[in-house]
Amino acid sequence: MNEKRIELTTPLDNNIVKELKTGDMVYISGTIYTARDAAHKRVCELIDSGEEMPFDFSGAIIFYAGPCPAKPGRPIGSVGPTTSGRMDLYSPKLIEKGLRFMIGKGLRSKEVVDAIVNNSGLYFAAIGGAAALMAKCVVSAEVIAFEELGTEAVRRLVVKDMPAIVAIDSRGNDIYKQGRKL
Amino acid sequence: MREIKANQITELVEKLCIEANCVITEDIRTCLGSCMKSESSPLGREILGTLVENADIAANEMSPICQDTGMTVVFVTMGQDLKIEDGYIEDAINEGVRRGYEKGYLRKSVVNDPLERVNTKDNTPAVIHYDIVPGEEFHIIVAPKGFGSENMSQLKMLKPSQGVQGVKDFILKTVEEAGPNPCPPIIVGVGIGGTMEKSAILSKKALLRAVGTHSEMPHLAELEAELLEAVNALGIGPAGLGGETTALGVHILSYPTHIAGLPVSVNIGCHATRHAEGTL
Repeated sequence: MNEKRIELTTPLDNNIVKELKTGDMVYISGTIYTARDAAHKRVCELIDSGEEMPFDFSGAIIFYAGPCPAKPGRPIGSVGPTTSGRMDLYSPKLIEKGLRFMIGKGLRSKEVVDAIVNNSGLYFAAIGGAAALMAKCVVSAEVIAFEELGTEAVRRLVVKDMPAIVAIDSRGNDIYKQGRKL
Repeated sequence: MREIKANQITELVEKLCIEANCVITEDIRTCLGSCMKSESSPLGREILGTLVENADIAANEMSPICQDTGMTVVFVTMGQDLKIEDGYIEDAINEGVRRGYEKGYLRKSVVNDPLERVNTKDNTPAVIHYDIVPGEEFHIIVAPKGFGSENMSQLKMLKPSQGVQGVKDFILKTVEEAGPNPCPPIIVGVGIGGTMEKSAILSKKALLRAVGTHSEMPHLAELEAELLEAVNALGIGPAGLGGETTALGVHILSYPTHIAGLPVSVNIGCHATRHAEGTL
């Protein structure tokens, strides 16, 4: 674990992306987008039919999450990562279209790791289940696509100091494989 | 004959849905805290600390511990001499779920049909299990189950000849394959025996037992202790990022079975394994 606090601001700087190593704890500030199963399916259908994207995700960070409803006066309800593996089928296609960064939890397929390496991307693990705490990092939230999907709609979040761990770095090192060897 | 009203059941279920999702049980909170001291991985310790902090924020604010507020599993224990007035028990429970998920700002995660997949928008229907017992009691446990952990659960019909070794191997294989996905440190619920569905229900019930307690049957208590050690030796660790705190407990329930069978179900619960109970 890195001793010095690493703060990242979106859009992520290419040099910093290359320096980040598996196991680094980072604090993310800026704009990220939520999308999970249903939104991924929709986006891939749009790509396949050559239609316009509902939002520009090139260079963006996608957070695999479906939040709880917001209480009055709050930007969002509890929000934490869902299991990333369910997005493996879709991710390489999105990465081909410019997506580079993902936040979720759990293992990724070889195809996703390869796509990350080929496009100098990163996969961050957020702490599964720490959703009340993570909601406190969200400054604002706005549904920007697929509103009818409810919790699965795409939201633009502005976050401040959202904690995450580099799980797969731009060279393809995977913490879920390294961590087990400790 | 004692009588209770259907709307009392609704009110209780409403309250328990919110409580279960926002307030971690004391046994689990205590166990996470003590693992924080014993875990040797620095990152693991930091994650356990974050999980405790998250649980405390959730309880103080009555915010959900996790955004996946689950499919609502309800265990009803009901005396055969009790009468329910003014409504059908199942409707009363589902109305409680509907109200609890709305008032508690809980996520609605249930779809109407596993293939058509249209959200029911009120988290109903619940999955309800009934135990009919002698007397007039009425007891309910609400256990919302997130699918990060539910999806990593497995069931296997072993051959009797595979015996206890086969059971151990299957449990360890299930935990190993689950890896980081079910939000470790997990609770491993195991049901052995009965029929296929009996073992599955037992494995879910096993998750409800307080962490730190042991099976009342000596041979199962011994097996639980051995398996907890073996699971923690897998090195999966908190959040699956390495360490020895992979599970807080291995809980086993068993039932008589057929001469030709050895069903084993492993239901994995996340670090919060939420549940709340109440009596009328």
